[in-house]
Amino acid sequence: MQAVVTGLLMGLIYALIASGLSLIFGLMEIVNFAHGEHLMLAMFTSFWLWALLGLDPIVSIPITILVLALCGIVTHYFLIRYILKAKMLVQICATFGLAVFIRSLAQFLWTPDFRNISKPMLEGRIEISGIFIGQPQFTAAIVCLFAFIGLYWFVTKTETGLALQATSQDRQAAEILGVPSNKMFALGWGLGLGCVAIAGSMMSSYFYIFPDVGINFSLFAFVAVALGGFGSILGCLYAGIIIGLVESLGGLLIDPSFKLLYVFAIYLLVVIFKPQGIFGRY
Amino acid sequence: MSILKVENLSKSFGGIHANQDISFEVQSGEILGVIGPNGAGKSTLFDLITGFTKPDQGSVIFEGKNIFGFRPDKISNLGVGRTFQKLKPFADQTLLENVMIGAFSKESNQKVARDKALEIIEFVQLLEKRHHYAKELSTGQRKRLELARALATDPKLLLMDEVTGGVDQKTIPGLVELVKKLRERGVTVITIEHNINIIMDISNHVLALDQGKKIAFGIPKEIQNNQKVIDAYLGTIDAA
Amino acid sequence: MSDLKIAQSEPLFNSNKKMTYLVLGFFAFLILLPALGPTKFFLHLMIMIFMHAVISQSWNIIGGFSGQISLGHGAFFGIGAYATSFFYVEYGLTPWIGILIGIIVCAIVAILIGIPMLRLSGHYFAIATLLIGISFQIIFQRWDLVGAASGLWVPLTSEDSLYAIQFHSSKVPYYYLFLIFFTIIFFITWLISRSKLGYRLRAVRDDAQAAQSLGIDVAKHKIIAFAISAMMMSPMGSLFAQYILIVDPDRMFNFEISIIALLITVLGGIGYVWGPLVGTLILIPLAEYARIFFGGTGGAVDLMVYGIVLMFICIFKPSGIISFLPNHILHREKMR
Repeated sequence: MQAVVTGLLMGLIYALIASGLSLIFGLMEIVNFAHGEHLMLAMFTSFWLWALLGLDPIVSIPITILVLALCGIVTHYFLIRYILKAKMLVQICATFGLAVFIRSLAQFLWTPDFRNISKPMLEGRIEISGIFIGQPQFTAAIVCLFAFIGLYWFVTKTETGLALQATSQDRQAAEILGVPSNKMFALGWGLGLGCVAIAGSMMSSYFYIFPDVGINFSLFAFVAVALGGFGSILGCLYAGIIIGLVESLGGLLIDPSFKLLYVFAIYLLVVIFKPQGIFGRY
Repeated sequence: MSILKVENLSKSFGGIHANQDISFEVQSGEILGVIGPNGAGKSTLFDLITGFTKPDQGSVIFEGKNIFGFRPDKISNLGVGRTFQKLKPFADQTLLENVMIGAFSKESNQKVARDKALEIIEFVQLLEKRHHYAKELSTGQRKRLELARALATDPKLLLMDEVTGGVDQKTIPGLVELVKKLRERGVTVITIEHNINIIMDISNHVLALDQGKKIAFGIPKEIQNNQKVIDAYLGTIDAA
Repeated sequence: MSDLKIAQSEPLFNSNKKMTYLVLGFFAFLILLPALGPTKFFLHLMIMIFMHAVISQSWNIIGGFSGQISLGHGAFFGIGAYATSFFYVEYGLTPWIGILIGIIVCAIVAILIGIPMLRLSGHYFAIATLLIGISFQIIFQRWDLVGAASGLWVPLTSEDSLYAIQFHSSKVPYYYLFLIFFTIIFFITWLISRSKLGYRLRAVRDDAQAAQSLGIDVAKHKIIAFAISAMMMSPMGSLFAQYILIVDPDRMFNFEISIIALLITVLGGIGYVWGPLVGTLILIPLAEYARIFFGGTGGAVDLMVYGIVLMFICIFKPSGIISFLPNHILHREKMR
């Protein structure tokens, strides 16, 4: 039961991260292979704000979001802009190159050492009917859930959100109706990174922070998006939770060192049997 | 025996009935024209016949063999060729290479394939452009490229999707002549066309579609005077 | 003669005497190189060049010729490395047979992966290869049979041994081994490029639907390309294992191998026979010299550079450096 809860909480975080990825893909048809690396940057930002300025990660969320937004603008301006119209091959290689670059830059600047924030504002455990839940994990999950709901509401209920959806479904039609594609892309990219910023900040309270930490999250996000359906944000929620549960239960019931493989197995199954995912459009 | 027999062919996408219960026969060596307003389901019909989409029900019988559910490449190898409405040339390859890839479907020897490709390129009158890249060719030339490429597979039945669409006026007669010559080569042709004059000129029979249903089938003269066909194209006055 | 007859009597291939002599001369030079008394470092550099050229060419077959991006190609390298070492360590079987085993295993693995995965669109396939590549590393890190994380300990022979493919006195035998494989694999690639298979693969790459309408079984061709690609990668892992004689998951299933294969090919010229060599000649000497200068932190810096170079090429010259050559030289090898 403990494992179920842990998996659920982790799953909510995966869901948010995956939503960001899904948004970007749905909008620009670019799979952001550097998604996990941006998460890593968010975590490091939280870390350094704590280490150098003593700001607790919860407090520094707005700053982290800004930093990530800045990164997003830079990458969009220097890279993404150019590959929007390129062949898929080129797009994959480009974001893949970005991922490699960010990861190794982090390693170069901050060494591969594991960092961690001690004595964050949120710590300790709470107990609910015999199950121990770490406070940071719990809060992180709740925040991510709210962020997800916020994102979902924004995309489906607000005018800008609908404009975003229009662009993602049919760019030309949307443009004719007056929706500026470039602004939409920038917005989508920004939102996607915003998700990652929030998730990263929350996790930095309790997760180990190191340059390669993003890889696993990238992969899980890919699996989540494939499972939930490329382009469906709601799908990411279900998919994220499923992945969290599989990871946790698999680790409990079979062997913890192969946790990644169980999640990968999901990917293979989904992709073979139901390529569109649960809610997918493709 | 008819070379192609389509029976009760139907296909829906979600709520849209792209093709509903379509049946017709095509005789060997003839040209069948397919007409109908936009959205009538003509291209879907082609996709169903050539295996790019699986029908919900019905059957497609080519030379006596039911090809329902066959993969597109298998259908091509049986002798059905096609061109696409939205042109799909291999852009970064030359005209000759494009056609050779078609030739390779029946030939394994490179020289034989190359010579065969050249022969067909000459047939479509593009010999001097054979080393030009497909992306450098004009629309009319690309249409001929696709035609040549499909012809190189030695099809017994060729489905052409809008050969004259998007082509400037003076190129059209040349293309029309090519299609007629196909009949002389013994290729059965089904062609989707918007230009009614052309259809009436070259077709042995005409199939008219509207909103996914077959509304008429017969020789050109009959179709021209068919009220349902006229209505379909002009629409009723109330709807306008 | 009619225009048609003239066209049909043209030679099938542009056999250019100059080009042929250039290539033959190049290979003659490579064969004679050790006689010129090169330093150990230079031999090592050449070996690295041969190896990376082949690794990239292997990636070129699936990525360039068929248009499917594989982000986990390093898996085949690792399989090849373990194939030779495992059977030598456990059964004393000569690595020559190990190389063959590696090739066969890689072909089977490629086909098994390919059948479900190659039906998918490019993104799905790329992600799948990424997952599979990492999975192999995880599995081999925990598989006790092959030494888990510490890997296989290959016993060193006291003298140079052709049977065990171990040469301790000089790098020259290794040089020739790699040269032989380099030559064979580039030759095979060249043959494929101008063959019916090559034309059909390019058709699949450029427009799969059009290819299908021309009778090409797209799935089968992609799997063939993937299998050939895997079979080319395997011997490099095998030979590398024999070269450094330390076989562990971190070295042999290193993600960097997958990255470099992709990077070099894209840099040099994706889809062209000589693209991988061009990319290798640019990148590998730089990498090796950088390793000398940057030493300890070299690890992260070269990856950073790889990432930047990759992004640069994607933005400015996606068809690779080789495409700077004028068209008539670039496409000399095509059938006319």
